[in-house]
Amino acid sequence: MSEERKHRVSRRQFLTYTLTGVGGFMAAGMLSPMVRMALDPALEDTDDSDFISIGLSEDDVTEEPQLVNFDVEIEDGWYTSEQTQSAYVFRQDGEILALSPICTHLGCTVGWEGNQDYPDQFYCPCHHGRFEPDGTNIQGTPPTRPLDVYEVEVRDGMVHLGNIRERG
Amino acid sequence: MLQKIYDWLDTRLDITPMWRDIADHEVPEHVNPAHHFSAFVYCFGGLTFFVVVIQILSGMFLTMYYVPDIVHAYESVYYLQNEVTHGMIVRGMHHWGASLVIVMMFLHTLRVFFTGSYKKPRELNWVVGVLLFFVVLGLGFTGYLLPWDMKAYFATVVGLEIAESAPIIGGFASTLLAGGEIIGAQTLARFFAIHVFFLPGALLGLLGAHFYMIRKQGISGPL
Ligand code: HEM
Ligand code: FES
Repeated sequence: MSEERKHRVSRRQFLTYTLTGVGGFMAAGMLSPMVRMALDPALEDTDDSDFISIGLSEDDVTEEPQLVNFDVEIEDGWYTSEQTQSAYVFRQDGEILALSPICTHLGCTVGWEGNQDYPDQFYCPCHHGRFEPDGTNIQGTPPTRPLDVYEVEVRDGMVHLGNIRERG
Repeated sequence: MLQKIYDWLDTRLDITPMWRDIADHEVPEHVNPAHHFSAFVYCFGGLTFFVVVIQILSGMFLTMYYVPDIVHAYESVYYLQNEVTHGMIVRGMHHWGASLVIVMMFLHTLRVFFTGSYKKPRELNWVVGVLLFFVVLGLGFTGYLLPWDMKAYFATVVGLEIAESAPIIGGFASTLLAGGEIIGAQTLARFFAIHVFFLPGALLGLLGAHFYMIRKQGISGPL
């Protein structure tokens, strides 16, 4: 760095550098808003959804998983629609648990006692995936993690569900 | 590093003569603003092209969010303008750029006119220029409908009334443009297709012809 400058910048080099610099600056100024706009869906932070009532009273939740359907408002850009989702709701050690029925292998829908050979288990018909009653995946079947859970809150005696959360 | 990549490609593909042929030519003194400042008028063609490039790029990005459907078009524009980060800037570029191309093109045409550059042997390039002018006006007309708000709708009502007032073919022309008897779903779909596929295609073809002729004939001489 501090050694004597052998290299003198020629007129042509100076022009090349400045013109490339200015040109690059202009191109970046033009392109960066466009690229940021295209990247927006990937950079947007996921908003926490509100808890919604699934129309089930706290007192009706049993030890046995019961399938509850409920409508969720889906905001998809400029398009808002209602989508029906479901959860298996039951009590475990006094606490209310709401499992998503979406198989953690490749996304098929699991059923409680969906196969006669496996009572007291969730069964996925696609590749014979199985889960314990608390949602834990059974070793030796395709799924690699437990069923996802909904966040649960009880308000005025009614069960409310929030975001879906992954476990383990 | 860059030099190495370039050399690697050049030994294999011999690219130097290609860009030399396109880029390496003299700028005559009478069109160089460094010699005569008033020569900046010769930049108008290049500046028009620059704005055209901005229009094409910003338009491509707007298409990521816009849908040409009468139920959702307005909402999708509202969303990209107000919810998408920098969507307002990109839409602004396309919106203001649309007027700017026409202004720049007009200035460019004035310079060609007052320098007499349309004379032999450049008559054909003037013809291509006039076609470019109509293509750009067409882009402005079809693009204006796309947000599907009141202004868009009634501007198109007026535009199609004008088309209809043409003798003999008027009714046919306006029905064809609207894609039916009313300005509605089919009009929007067809204006979208014309705005993003047909006219830009024609524009690029004509620009190719325009630039080829400039290269072949050179810039016109001093006054
Ligand atoms: C999108 C529209 C257009 C673009 C991008 C464009 C671009 C250009 C460019 C870059 C040049 C080189 C000379 C200069 O920079 O001044 C040029 C020359 C020329 N343009 Fe255009 N132009 C457009 C529209 C038009 C229109 C509307 C006309 C006439 C009605 C026209 C007629 C000509 C002619 C005759 C020349 C040759 C002039 C000469 O050689 O001195 N152009 N154009
Ligand atoms: S998707 Fe459920 S086991 Fe494969």
